[in-house]
Order: sequence, then C-alpha cells, then structure tokens
Amino acid sequence: MPQLRIVVLVKQVPDTANVTGEAMKEDGTINRSALPAVFNPEDLNALEEALKLKDRHDARVTVLTMGPPAAVQVLRESLYRGADEVILLTDKAFAGADTLATSYALSLAVRKLGGTDLVLCGRQAIDGDTAQVGPQTAEKLGYPQITCVSRVDKLVAPAEGGEAGSGAITATRSIEGGFETLTSTLPCLLTVTGEANDPRPPSVKLVMTYKGIAAEAMPEYDDSYLNPESDDAEVCMIGRDGKPVCRARVVQWDHEALAADREALGLRGSPTRVKEIESVVLAQSEARMVAPDEAGIAELVHELIEEHILG
Amino acid sequence: MASAAGDPRANDVWVVVEQHDGVVAEVSLELLGRARELAGQLHVQVGAVLIGAGSALKDVATALVARGADTVYFVAHTDLAHYLAQPYTQVVTSLIREHEPQIVLYGATTTGRDLAPRVASTLRTGLTADCTDLRIGDHSLKGEEYKDLLYQIRPAFGGNIIATIISPLHRPQMATVREGVMVMPEEDRRRDGRIIAVPVTRTPEPIKVHAGVALSDADFVVKLVKRVQEEKRVDLKGARIVVSGGVGVGSREGFALVEELARTLGGVVGASRAAVDAGWIAHDHQVGQTGTTVRPKLYIACGISGSVQHRAGMDQSARILAINDDPLAPIFSVAHYGVVGDLHKVIPLLIQAYRTKGAGGEAAPATSPAAPTQPAAADGGAS
Repeated sequence: MPQLRIVVLVKQVPDTANVTGEAMKEDGTINRSALPAVFNPEDLNALEEALKLKDRHDARVTVLTMGPPAAVQVLRESLYRGADEVILLTDKAFAGADTLATSYALSLAVRKLGGTDLVLCGRQAIDGDTAQVGPQTAEKLGYPQITCVSRVDKLVAPAEGGEAGSGAITATRSIEGGFETLTSTLPCLLTVTGEANDPRPPSVKLVMTYKGIAAEAMPEYDDSYLNPESDDAEVCMIGRDGKPVCRARVVQWDHEALAADREALGLRGSPTRVKEIESVVLAQSEARMVAPDEAGIAELVHELIEEHILG
Repeated sequence: MASAAGDPRANDVWVVVEQHDGVVAEVSLELLGRARELAGQLHVQVGAVLIGAGSALKDVATALVARGADTVYFVAHTDLAHYLAQPYTQVVTSLIREHEPQIVLYGATTTGRDLAPRVASTLRTGLTADCTDLRIGDHSLKGEEYKDLLYQIRPAFGGNIIATIISPLHRPQMATVREGVMVMPEEDRRRDGRIIAVPVTRTPEPIKVHAGVALSDADFVVKLVKRVQEEKRVDLKGARIVVSGGVGVGSREGFALVEELARTLGGVVGASRAAVDAGWIAHDHQVGQTGTTVRPKLYIACGISGSVQHRAGMDQSARILAINDDPLAPIFSVAHYGVVGDLHKVIPLLIQAYRTKGAGGEAAPATSPAAPTQPAAADGGAS
C-alpha cells in the first residue's frame, strides 16, 4: 500500500503573454474566458517533482486545483502525466478570492484528504506573480515551508504506520546571489521554481487511457453535479456516452463539502481589494535610426563619447 | 487582530529589516526612506524590526536609526542567526500583535516573499506582493469613507497593467516592495531613535509570555544545512552601462558576444525574462518588472523585442540604444537610438568602433553630433 502521500496544488492561468483590454473587467478583475488558459508553468515543475518522487518511492500523487469548471483541463493534463487522483474545488463562493482566501480553501481540501506528507506547488503563478499562496497554505495547515526550491536533494519517506515527524525532506532553494539547503520533517510544503526540472510531456499511454473523459465533461458550472447533503459530494466525470467514467475520478468539492466558513471564502474572505487598474503606457520617444554599418556605428560611438555617456 | 483596534491611524509604519551576517539588504534601507515619507503624511513614527544574532547587530540597529527609524525593535538570539520562516514569523507576528502598526513593509526578496505571506496568513490580514510604489490615499466603499489607506501599487498580469491594491478593513496593511524602485535615504548620524531590546524566551515546549517573543522547538523543524553566497553579485542597479540580451541573441553561446560588448564598454550584462527563462543566463541578470529595475547612463538592448515588463525596468535609462532585426519591435518606441540589423554583426562593429575611438581619440572622422546620420554616403568607405 502506498505510503508517501503527495498533494500538488496547481492553477489554470490566463496566458499573460497575450492580454488585451477586452480581457479586463470593470472591477479590475480578469475576464479569464477572454484569454487562452494554460497550466501555470511552475505548477508543472511542481507536478514533475512529485512524479519524480513517485518514480523512486511508493507514492500517491493527488492534484488539487481551485477554479471554474473549465479548470478541469489542468487536471486532465495532470492525469496524462501520471497523477493518481485529481480534485477540482469549484463553487461560486470561491470566486474573487485573493491569496488569503485561496489558501484557506486549499488548506481545507488538504485537511479533507486527511492531511498529507508533502505539498508541492509552483513558486508563483504568471497571472499574479505573488508567490503567496504556497506559504499561506503552509501556515493554514501548520506545515513548515521551503520556498523557491530549485532542487529536491533527498526524501526519507515516513515510516510504516505513519508516525508524525518520521519522514524528512532536504531541498535547495535559490536566494539572491546564491543558494541555501534546508531540511525539514514531514509534513512539509515546498514551492518549486522553473529551475528544478524539465516537466515530462503527457504520456501517450495515459492519454489513451483517459481520453474518454477528455471529451465533454463538465461543460458549465452546475449545482446539480453536487450533492451537498452528503459528505460524499464527489462526482465522476461524465463521458461522451453520458455515463460516469470512474477510472479517473475528478472529484469536485464545493464550500459545503469543505465545511468552509463562508465569510473566509472568495471576495468576502479577501482582505485586499483592487482599487483601480491602469494599462501600462510607457513614455514614447522618437528613436534616431542609425545605419547598421561601420560608418553609422562609428559615428554613434563617437557621439556617445563626446557626450560622456561612454567613457 | 485582523480588524483595527483603538485609533489605528495613530499607529506606526514599520519596516521588517532583512540582514545577513550584519549586512542589511539595500531594499530595507530604501524602505526606511519611503516609510519616513508615509509616516510623515500620517503624522506617525517609523519602526524597524531587526532580527538576528551576533555582536555586529547592535551597530546595525544604530545604522537603522540613521536611515530613518524612530524605534528599532531589536530581536537577538543565537537561534535567530539565520533566517528561517517559522521562527521569524513568530517574532514578527508577536511584535505586530503587541504594537499594532498600521503598515508593515518588507523587501520583495526571496526572504521577504517567504516571510510576509506566512505572517499575513497568521494575522489574517491583506498582503500585496512586489509593489513598485506606495502612497497614502482615501477610498469609499459601500458608502463608508476610508481615510489614509495605503495604496499598494504593483504591476500585474505579466506587467500589462498596474494595479492599485488596498486593504480597507484589515490591519496591518502589508506589502512587499521591489528592490531598487525607491530612493535610498541619506544617512544622518545625528538622528535620534530608540533601540528596544525585545526579550526572547526559548523553550522546548510552547509557552505564553507577557512580554517579548516566545519560541519553542516546534518553530525549528526546518534546519539550515548550508548557505552558499557567491562572492560576486551582479550589480545591475549601480551600473553606469548595461548591455542586455534577449531572444534575438539566440543561444547561451550567443551571450558571449553580449558579454564582450559589456566588458569592452565597462558595463554590466543584463537580460530579458525570455533569455533567462530559456536558461541562457542566470536570473541575477534579469532586467524588468520581475527582475531588476535599472537607470544607467546607457542601456543597450540587443535582440530584445521590448515587452511591457522589460521596458518598465529600463525605460528610465538616460540613453537607450536598441539593436533588433525587426524594425517594428516595440523596444524602438522607448529607444533614443535604433539600429535595425543583425546583432551578431552590429555588436562587433560597436566593439571595433569603441576600441578605435578609445585609441584614436578625436582623430577619427566624424560629423557633428547634432547632424543626422548619413547611412548611405559613408557605407563601406571607412577602414
């Protein structure tokens, strides 16, 4: 029986390389549907680190995301790479959450899983670049944290019987102009940077295995998916034939499934507010064009020396 | 704790100072300068939290007063010699709970960005990451007027927008702030300030204390194995000349050319985020919103298209020279001089021209600096 339990926190993010004004809503939040959605890059590094540990240890990898129903796509991609179990936290009550409210919901989900040995997540997401959700989730769980991890050096899996504090992890984090290596008992939360690894591509075999659920599952948010009366508020993905495909369940939890304090969720649970946003408009100048030849460059260099710009 | 108690507006503005082996991070000093301005507007004082160990720390505390702190909360213990998230969180949250500052600022370093979120989560208050500006202003929300809030201004969404974030109902208001975006305050050795030694109680089991900070074994489950600080750090901020490479450089090897130009001109090598992400050069060299903000006398952008996030980190340079084979690259819109061409040809020309000028001084033929360039006329004629 497995042994090392790993939870990976991932996020579906808008591809911030292609933002237009139409993607911004009046209140300063992002209209995600107006942008292509991608797997947050450093979360893929976190997943890869989990899968590498699974390759070496007897581990169970659970991937957890909070987002709209469409975020199920990053869960699919996690299954294609080797995740064992995927969970989607989706509920209108989660909408508009800042990092504090997000980490609250994520920590409740980890608790609902009965805790874990290791939580891995990307250092930061490319839409907000805050790097806050990792440490805040660790704090809410009462776990220690090692952030900005560029290398996992060593893992000692917890002893049989799961005595608290019996496992340990050693990891190296990048700091300004150097690095530091830290060791922690388990459970522990790590945030992983892009330096850590090259994420594996989806496995063809796994894509074939799971492609039935890659079809039409979960089109729109719909409360009928959920049965809040039951603690078992889980649903299988619905396959093309309309029947549940339970080989890889996408478990879906809402705020009641998490027994969450409604006041601590979403916008209501978020201390921060966006007061205003403005598009970045940088000072424009008329560049003087210089010919890309010896004479043009020589004259430019001469001018810069004359003006004491170059010494 | 989360909500404001008493008259929170009378409370101080704090900076959580980062130091390693007695050397204070520059961003902490920059923050003291801005904290002074904010405190001046709010008619309150500036507090600095200094955590560490060792005899050199006392001098650091004095130096913080000289840079603008009115009160230094001096927390020294051998177990606090190196930064660790949990004990430092315990120290900072204990002090915040006791003194209730209205604003707490941290450097947006790997340390600050590790510590501040954990503190914010413990206190259940708001935190804005990586601010590039801080101001005081008002806000109305559901008919309520909130006076003298901290406007926390930061780029978001890949640098395409600048967002102003507020935390109207929660105290303290907290932010991490990017290094190099605020002005370093002058040192004034005549300034008066208090240095308060905060008692630290270190026990195996957690206990409650009436004053100061209590640390237990539970705060030390993470241990530092080793810390390696490379001798030489890339000093982009202080550089007079920055030569940066982007995607157009093409490869790790291609950066040798950029490095040679930087060396020839006595400059420092910079890079765009794309070049760093491609693994061609270390992150320390990155210029832009998620890297270092630079204001050199001369910035040379080689093969950099000029994303918003890059331009925001260099557009204050006194002179900008852009070299790109795409005449429509956005970098040209912030450049003073543009060269449309292959950087692998243009950079050697620059190196050659500089070496020749350096040796020959004013002897080389040149038109008046004010005259426009005459590309065709001299083409291929020289040397």
